[in-house]
Amino acid sequence: MSAFLTLTEREIVRFYRQRSRVIGAFLTPLLFWFVIGAGIGSSFDGGVTTDPAIHIDYLRWFYPGVLVMIVLFTAIFSTISVIDDRREGFLQSVLAAPISRLTVAGGKLAGGSILALAQAALFLLLAPIGHVPLSLTGSLAALGALAVLALALTGLGFFIAWLMESTQGFHAIMNLVLLPLWMLSGSAFPIDGAAGWLRTVMMANPVTYGVALVRRLLDPEAAAATVGLPGIGISWVVTIAFAVVMITAASLVTMRRGKIAP
Amino acid sequence: MPDAVSIESISHRYGDRVALDHIDLTVEIGTMFGLLGPNGGGKTTLFRLMATLLPPQSGRITIFGHDVATESRAVRRRLGIVFQNPGLDPFLTVHENLLHQGRLYGVTGKRLRGRIDEMMAAFDLGDRSRQRVRELSGGFKRRVELARAFLSDPDFLLLDEPTTGLDPGARREFWKMIERRRVARPELTLLLTTHLLDEADRCDRLALLDAGHIKAVDTPEGLKSRVGGDVVTLTAREPERLLADVQERFDPKASLTEGEIRLEHVNGHDLASQLATAFAGQIDSVRIARPTLDDVFIRMTGRRLEDVAS
Repeated sequence: MSAFLTLTEREIVRFYRQRSRVIGAFLTPLLFWFVIGAGIGSSFDGGVTTDPAIHIDYLRWFYPGVLVMIVLFTAIFSTISVIDDRREGFLQSVLAAPISRLTVAGGKLAGGSILALAQAALFLLLAPIGHVPLSLTGSLAALGALAVLALALTGLGFFIAWLMESTQGFHAIMNLVLLPLWMLSGSAFPIDGAAGWLRTVMMANPVTYGVALVRRLLDPEAAAATVGLPGIGISWVVTIAFAVVMITAASLVTMRRGKIAP
Repeated sequence: MPDAVSIESISHRYGDRVALDHIDLTVEIGTMFGLLGPNGGGKTTLFRLMATLLPPQSGRITIFGHDVATESRAVRRRLGIVFQNPGLDPFLTVHENLLHQGRLYGVTGKRLRGRIDEMMAAFDLGDRSRQRVRELSGGFKRRVELARAFLSDPDFLLLDEPTTGLDPGARREFWKMIERRRVARPELTLLLTTHLLDEADRCDRLALLDAGHIKAVDTPEGLKSRVGGDVVTLTAREPERLLADVQERFDPKASLTEGEIRLEHVNGHDLASQLATAFAGQIDSVRIARPTLDDVFIRMTGRRLEDVAS
């Protein structure tokens, strides 16, 4: 237990000592919120919903999507440390310690998820800027959903990072896989407004259900007005299943012995 | 008393390349054992097998009677490792690194704090405890690395090219500290990989490892005595021509290694003066020396161990 906790703690301390990563994981989504919110928002003239009786501001509607982006970015930036650890040599001393490799993966995932959740909680404080009406229970439930999503995404990041030789390779994968995962999740535009084939892709994307879940828990009014948003039951099921699959994948990949450069 | 390490018929390949070919070795408790060989000779593979970082493909390694393949946890508990690239987190302080390391080995609380203080003192880390590792010099990083390896009070210390990249002063410091630990704990067993002669000379026993094979195992003195007497080395403008003449008139076993002609002789001084007289115009320099481990290596493999530059 002390090994798991110490690895988790180290993950968190290390992240906050690298200022560029803290800034990248928090300010980038913030910038997205304002720039895209102001830019694209004006093209959703009467709000995002199809019901003319209800008007939801784009900035407000976009907010849960940005929360998910923060979780995604933090999860990803924290798991890059796997590659750094291997290059700097820290990983080999952890792998040679009398602990199981599951503990190594567990410490990373727990550390990355706690970081992601902390950044998301911080972002919740900015909700009034977008006129997002927050309730205490809604916020707590949304943080719970984000925690599950954070585990899934750190699991995914860890899985990719473990197989990568360099951080450059990781960034390439990130642009190719992880960003589309977010963009095609109903975070920035509603699923209902997308073309047929794109809608199919979005419905197959597990992150879509995480976004729907956060939307429904955090801002039920805006969620109810969003046509085509997955229901809360299916969203919980898919998000939890996504986390279970990714944690399993991350655990299994660490079992590949002999895979430690240089 | 069982051996600290017992290696039986270990072979290892990377694809088609054979890194280790049926290696057998034993290391006695309380000794310092050296694996001497050029880079790419198989030292690091053997090191990683012993460190439980690489699973054996064939053969068996036991450490204090525990099989590295099936009882890696028991092996790791008794092992301290000094990696060639430090296994430290550069963003954490010296103290934080030691704290995490201790907990990974199950040392916690008051006992851990006591151990850290002890190690900080043992390796003269004094007031560096709040400094981040990335800000330390190479020599200090090595000391933290040593403190890290000794933190869990290992019975067996594995060192991979431990002083590579250190300046001569830091190198001397390093060995002074290792010697101090050995005096403090006589039953401590050490095994190091190295391609440096002065490091190899410090070992109680040495194995010469080249191209996946063990060429010889002996004490450094025992290995040197295998070279007959003195070593005479000649340099010349046309070494090939001189070699042919020397072989014809003096010693058919004279050899040419990296531009230098080498001869072994019981009485180097006599031979040197005879050579100098016989080839007065052709020889640039004559050197007479007691054999070094490099000479042993040349004799066993036909190649030099150290680059001339290092």
